[in-house]
Amino acid sequence: MNLIDFLLRNRAEFITLTLQHLFLVGVSTGIALVVGVPLGILLTRRPRFSPSVLGLANIFQTIPSLALFGFLIPLPFIGGVGARTAIVALVLYALLPIIRNTYAGIQGIDPAVREAGRGMGMTDRQLLLMVEIPLAFGVILAGIRVATVIGVGVATIAAAIGAGGLGVFIFRGVAMVNNTLILAGAVPAALIALVADFLLGRLERHFAPARGQLAEVRAV
Amino acid sequence: MNETRAPVVQFLDVALRLADGRPIVSGISFDVRPGEILVLLGRSGSGKTTTLKLINRLLLPSEGKVTVEGRSTVEWDPTKLRRRIGYVIQDIGLFPHFTVARNVAVVPTLEGWDERRKRERVRELLDLVALDPASFADRYPSQLSGGQKQRVGVARALAADPPLLLLDEPFGALDPLTRLELQRELKALQARLHKTLVFVTHDVREGLFLASRIALFREGALAFLGSPHEFLRSENPEARAFVKALKDTDTTANE
Ligand SMILES: Nc1ncnc2c1ncn2[C@@H]1O[C@H](COP(=O)(O)OP(=O)(O)OP(=O)(O)O)[C@@H](O)[C@H]1O
Ligand SMILES: [Mg+2]
Repeated sequence: MNLIDFLLRNRAEFITLTLQHLFLVGVSTGIALVVGVPLGILLTRRPRFSPSVLGLANIFQTIPSLALFGFLIPLPFIGGVGARTAIVALVLYALLPIIRNTYAGIQGIDPAVREAGRGMGMTDRQLLLMVEIPLAFGVILAGIRVATVIGVGVATIAAAIGAGGLGVFIFRGVAMVNNTLILAGAVPAALIALVADFLLGRLERHFAPARGQLAEVRAV
Repeated sequence: MNETRAPVVQFLDVALRLADGRPIVSGISFDVRPGEILVLLGRSGSGKTTTLKLINRLLLPSEGKVTVEGRSTVEWDPTKLRRRIGYVIQDIGLFPHFTVARNVAVVPTLEGWDERRKRERVRELLDLVALDPASFADRYPSQLSGGQKQRVGVARALAADPPLLLLDEPFGALDPLTRLELQRELKALQARLHKTLVFVTHDVREGLFLASRIALFREGALAFLGSPHEFLRSENPEARAFVKALKDTDTTANE
């Protein structure tokens, strides 16, 4: 049976699963953003904590996703079967690229620029909002893009713990040895990842390099 | 004539040490008098930049005391202190995401000036540093030459009309002609507006031209302090080395 035919015939379920998938990725990336960006900024203020925090985030990322979902199920409050557990796992995956890029983006700013800001009497807050975040914005966006793309992939596994999403087709296809079913989950998931990558990538290029570095000078 | 007035800045036996106890500067004592141009002269690594940063509290002394307007920098609110002091840093440090106009207007913005007043001030300052506002105000720093960036850095430090200015090799990247123009302009400005300047350079000629007094640094200590006239006649070995270098370049050029 043809993939398009299958999706058309099962379009109600297909749409539900796609929406579930987008929900899982959207909510988890959103939470990771709200937690990760401030944490990354905090690390630039207390750099001696950065190896331990980045190390911990790194460890979460190395745990195979299926195992991480499994580990979370027995935990109280955040565990159990369903979307909540999946979101917790997805947040843990998304944190590393976001924290790391926020931290690296700000640390990477020319020290002379920060010193000039402080020397002119900017408060820490003014320096952050007027100088550091705008200059690091492109790098932070790159972290969000990576987190989103990883999230779209990992979210297919959330189906294994009953969180729904496009992984449902994939797992069903594997169980029934049905390639069309597997593709019905995998192809749309890949397309979502590509579109997210493309859109966030465009946004990123809009902000980095800092305006003006895109000077009208063209090499010949 | 100014000796009777209270010093703007005072160093009282100041030392700054690294964590391991090694001093970067030590035993520094001097006054900056109101309305003077004090030139800090010295070889690379002798502690000039460090001394400037002790004035605007980017660094706090490990020993001794630095006072600005009679108050120890430890007691000053860093933000208030720095807004009263114009600072041209050695590495310029323009904000790459701001146009020239916004860069110049940073302190006025922090101080909450209205847009019209800021625009007028920016135009005035760009004229002062010989950059045509029409062609430069809307450019980004990456579209400027090194010398143009330096001039924007000077304009930025002057923006909110601070009574005290710290300038760290502000003319290093300029050609000799523009450099001389700006030196003249700065001297005239200082005389006209009675600003107090602390000016860092390793160029003796520039130092002699600008200074009311020269403070000569050597390996983190103050080797000499006096007028340009006294400097030229000083028996201090480091001062003589600088004066000799000046004469040598003149002789070579005349041969
Ligand atoms: N944070 C630091 N840690 C260790 N050493 C430092 C630090 N900052 C400055 N130094 C050292 O202190 C000395 C004085 O530095 P400073 O920047 O004041 O020199 P300078 O006179 O301004 O030199 P230049 O003319 O090259 O700018 C140098 O030897 C420098 O290497
Ligand atoms: Mg220096």
